[in-house]
Amino acid sequence: MLWETIRLAVQAIFRNALRSFLTVLGIVIGVGAVIAMVTVGQGSTEQVTADVEKLGSNLLMVLPGEDAMEGGPPGTAAAMFDLRTNNLLEEQLALIEVSAPMAMSRGRVVFGNKNRRTDIVGTDNRYFTVAGWEIAQGRIFDPAELKSGRPVCVIGETVRKDLFGSIDPVGEVIRIRKLSCQIIGLLRSKGASTFGSDQDDFAIMPLRTYHNRISGNRDVNLMFAAVRDGVPTDRAVREVEVVMRDLRRIGRGEDDDFTVMDMKQIASMLSGITGVLTGLLSAVAAVSLLVGGIGIMNIMLVSVTERTREIGIRLAIGAQARQVLMQFLVEAVILSLFGGLIGIIAGLSLGYLGATLLAIPFRPALGVVMTAFGFSAAVGVIFGYFPAQRAARMNPIDALRHE
Amino acid sequence: MAEAAVPPLPLIHLHGISRVYGSGEAEVRALDGVDLDIHEGEFVAIMGPSGSGKSTAMNVIGCLDAPTSGHYEYSGVEVAGLTRDQRALLRRHYLGFVFQGYNLLPRTTALQNVELPLIYKGMGRAERHAAATQALAKVGLEDRAHHDPSALSGGQQQRVAIARALAGNPQVVLADEPTGNLDTKLSRDIMEVLKGLNQSDGLTIVMVTHEAEMARYARRLIWMVDGRVERDTPTEQAT
Ligand SMILES: Nc1ncnc2c1ncn2[C@@H]1O[C@H](COP(=O)(O)OP(=O)(O)OP(=O)(O)O)[C@@H](O)[C@H]1O
Ligand SMILES: [Mg+2]
Repeated sequence: MLWETIRLAVQAIFRNALRSFLTVLGIVIGVGAVIAMVTVGQGSTEQVTADVEKLGSNLLMVLPGEDAMEGGPPGTAAAMFDLRTNNLLEEQLALIEVSAPMAMSRGRVVFGNKNRRTDIVGTDNRYFTVAGWEIAQGRIFDPAELKSGRPVCVIGETVRKDLFGSIDPVGEVIRIRKLSCQIIGLLRSKGASTFGSDQDDFAIMPLRTYHNRISGNRDVNLMFAAVRDGVPTDRAVREVEVVMRDLRRIGRGEDDDFTVMDMKQIASMLSGITGVLTGLLSAVAAVSLLVGGIGIMNIMLVSVTERTREIGIRLAIGAQARQVLMQFLVEAVILSLFGGLIGIIAGLSLGYLGATLLAIPFRPALGVVMTAFGFSAAVGVIFGYFPAQRAARMNPIDALRHE
Repeated sequence: MAEAAVPPLPLIHLHGISRVYGSGEAEVRALDGVDLDIHEGEFVAIMGPSGSGKSTAMNVIGCLDAPTSGHYEYSGVEVAGLTRDQRALLRRHYLGFVFQGYNLLPRTTALQNVELPLIYKGMGRAERHAAATQALAKVGLEDRAHHDPSALSGGQQQRVAIARALAGNPQVVLADEPTGNLDTKLSRDIMEVLKGLNQSDGLTIVMVTHEAEMARYARRLIWMVDGRVERDTPTEQAT
């Protein structure tokens, strides 16, 4: 009899081809969207985490300002650092292996008839060590250049590609703002960060050159420090804070006018952002699921009259209520399974496509697949089954006459 | 079969059957105290003006509708005492119903429609197919077996409905205006089929009709007015 019921259900599915198709479509949309969205969301979260780990967990960033992450651009209110602060920090704390002073701003670089807006950075060779840059071509600064503030620079791959194309940049002279500057080195590309921001888009010059020729002051906007291996990050942060308070003469009870961040904090901030992204995607997915569900519901409700009559006919010719109900249930389950399967395949394919395009890992989550599938199936079964159940409880003649 | 061989227990026994729709001002007494006995092997025609309760009576006899009051015994069994499932089994195994409005499943071929009751009887596919084809042949529709109801004329749909009622080999056929949409020639053919089944197989037939000529195929005529049985007489047999 079960086999017969399945046959009846399949027959009914094909008999009501349009209704079946729309039901399946609703489930496919709901399930597919959710799986695709969440897969992409999870992939990007994982990518961020991996990227941050690659940066190294033993790096600290010291910024002026009380809460640099939430305030505007670093140091709008608080006093900037200077080179002395950086060097004292490095000297006084044994757990700081090396600390790089950095001053930076946006500006235009020009070569021949090409130009580009980029980050102009003044620092010294310590920066290459801390941030792990490798030289692709040429060299880094020599002591004389640093000391006397010579107009020389090291550029990132993006600047090279944009301004030089196939020309060898090392030895050429570019204009940075109003400064004519000779290129002495090219950094090996690090590629895009997780959010697509280009890490190779900058021109670096000696800090003194930057101070004399670009900014006209002695400010250091940021200190980028590497902590010695084996030192716990939170201890390093605490000690840096103590030294910084001393260096900046912050009295007892006064608030810090700087911020020390470790990479874990940066990681959590970034994953907070991806969390928001995932949340957003999930919301869109939930809406799709709902839309799919409402679609199914509509189809089922619209066909209630016809289904009620059909149930009346079946009861009149001798079907028992539970046989009819079983048929409708099997029909709903078959449609849900079928739609769910297609939805899962479509969702995973879309998710895979998205992951490939965004260059993030492909991370389908079983839980989400099951939830989306379960929800759509439940909608299909509930709205397919319960009107049928009501009809099956009627007198056959009332079901037959249902309008 | 001789007239004298009437079995003592009627197959269908209605006593004081009423069916009331609505209440108060809007109350309609579709059946108003119907007493009626029909024995196995009878061929009964029910006639009467429109709205006199003929269809309602058929629905009650067919266990599709429950009377408001009164007793209905089928083969000595009080139908009201049966569960819904038992009534379904009664319909499945003993009753064949031809509806006034056909009630075929849409988008389902004539053959599949006729097979439907056989599925619930648990018949195998091949057997079912054969029985349904045979029933369609009886009503002259074998060449339309694979048409959907929407591709059939009213008369053809009516014949599919008759075939569906006959296919399951029921004990009683309850036919509500089975020839209402057929021309005289086809009506006579159908009546001959019914009469043949009645005479050779002892099929009990209860038929509602508006046509006196068709009623003459039956051997007993019940005349209903206002939900009551007004007259109950033997018909003079058509020769
Ligand atoms: N579901 C219902 N609700 C209310 N009144 C009904 C309902 N079904 C039938 N009636 C009423 O019951 C009465 C008997 O109806 P029924 O269908 O039995 O008549 P009938 O003799 O078969 O008529 P016809 O020859 O036109 O088919 C009618 O007055 C009808 O209006
Ligand atoms: Mg009627």
